[in-house]
Amino acid sequence: MKKIILLNTFYFSFYTVAVNSAEKGGMPQLDPEFWVSQIFWLIITFGTLFLVLSKFILPRISKNLEQRRLQILENIETAEKQREQSEKNLKEFDEIILKSKNKAKEVMLAAREKVVSEITKKKIKLDEDLNSEIQNVEKEIVELKLSSPKKINSIASNITNEVIKRLIGTDVNESSVSALVEEEFKKLSRSTNGI
Amino acid sequence: MAANPMYQFNVYRIGPEIKIGEIDLSFTNASLFMVISSLAILIIFNLGAQKKNIIPDKLQLLSELSYTFVSKMISDTAGSKAKPYFSFIFSLFMFVLFCNMFGMIPYSFTVTSHIIVTFVLAAFIFIGVTTIGFIKHGFGYLKLFVPSGVPAVLLPLIVVIEIISYLSRPISLSVRLFANMMAGHTMMKVFGGFVVSLGIVGGWLPLSFSVALTGLEILVAFLQAYVFAILTCIYLNDALNLHH
Repeated sequence: MKKIILLNTFYFSFYTVAVNSAEKGGMPQLDPEFWVSQIFWLIITFGTLFLVLSKFILPRISKNLEQRRLQILENIETAEKQREQSEKNLKEFDEIILKSKNKAKEVMLAAREKVVSEITKKKIKLDEDLNSEIQNVEKEIVELKLSSPKKINSIASNITNEVIKRLIGTDVNESSVSALVEEEFKKLSRSTNGI
Repeated sequence: MAANPMYQFNVYRIGPEIKIGEIDLSFTNASLFMVISSLAILIIFNLGAQKKNIIPDKLQLLSELSYTFVSKMISDTAGSKAKPYFSFIFSLFMFVLFCNMFGMIPYSFTVTSHIIVTFVLAAFIFIGVTTIGFIKHGFGYLKLFVPSGVPAVLLPLIVVIEIISYLSRPISLSVRLFANMMAGHTMMKVFGGFVVSLGIVGGWLPLSFSVALTGLEILVAFLQAYVFAILTCIYLNDALNLHH
């Protein structure tokens, strides 16, 4: 304390020397007329400013800042939670999609199998029908083939009969004509090796 | 009379003379600008502190940015131990800043251009810091004057230098602010005078100088307030965390 008083007297003397050296009309700063008044009002204004700021205003600003910090932290936490939840939901969604895809594939496969089997069944039946039809037709053809020479022979003998009758004007023994035709036919079929 | 560049620093009485005994405590233009600065700070920061929006508006942002600015300045220079002195350094910074800035308004008065004001502030800081130092470290605070790693031969010289530099702190702190403000304002006044005396023909050059100087002075007004506050933090750091 003693030191402080000593210091102050030291500084004070320093400034009084400066004041004395300053001429009148020089620096108004060194005119001590209002020094005490300035110190007095400085203490009052700065003291009031300090008290009001430190007691009322600064704690409120600090509280605001702290509140904002907490709010932001809380928001970040909530956002993190929501992100996790949405990720979980997304996973579930993916699973559902995968499941339904698999199911759809199964259904499609089953449907295809069914269709394919039906088609093959029908195809087999169709083949069978066709085969039987072909066989029938073939049989008919064979029958026709077998029966055709007889008919041709009778037609040929008839025509021969008629031709002879027209040419000669007498009836020829029918059996001899048919025997002739038959012989001729056999010759023909032998030379062409049959039809 | 108005052409005298020092005229702007005159202190004159406003209102009646207030005298207690022999001591003159009259309200002057200096007192007026101290009151205006303090009131402006209180009004702005009070308005800024009242709102509690998550997304701040302009005033709230201003006050909160100032808060974090000063708080960061203190924690950067003096560490976490300086937290209890936050209010004081914040008030000091804002007071000096607003006094400097109000001084930039034409025809106003610059409170901080008076050595007595800056000296009282600096002396208060000096006494306060020294007291804190002795309270925290007892007589161990005197180790501040004995830097470690100095050869024993040089020690007496170093200790004397350290003591002188320590004792000159309030002078350097107060004179720095006062001289900066006074020199800047005097220079602006001188250039303003040139504009008037050179008239419309030659006045353009000093006018443009004056404009540039105004910008510079606003920068200086902020910078000196910042320097004042940060030096206070550094002195406080010496007292709180004895490094030597």
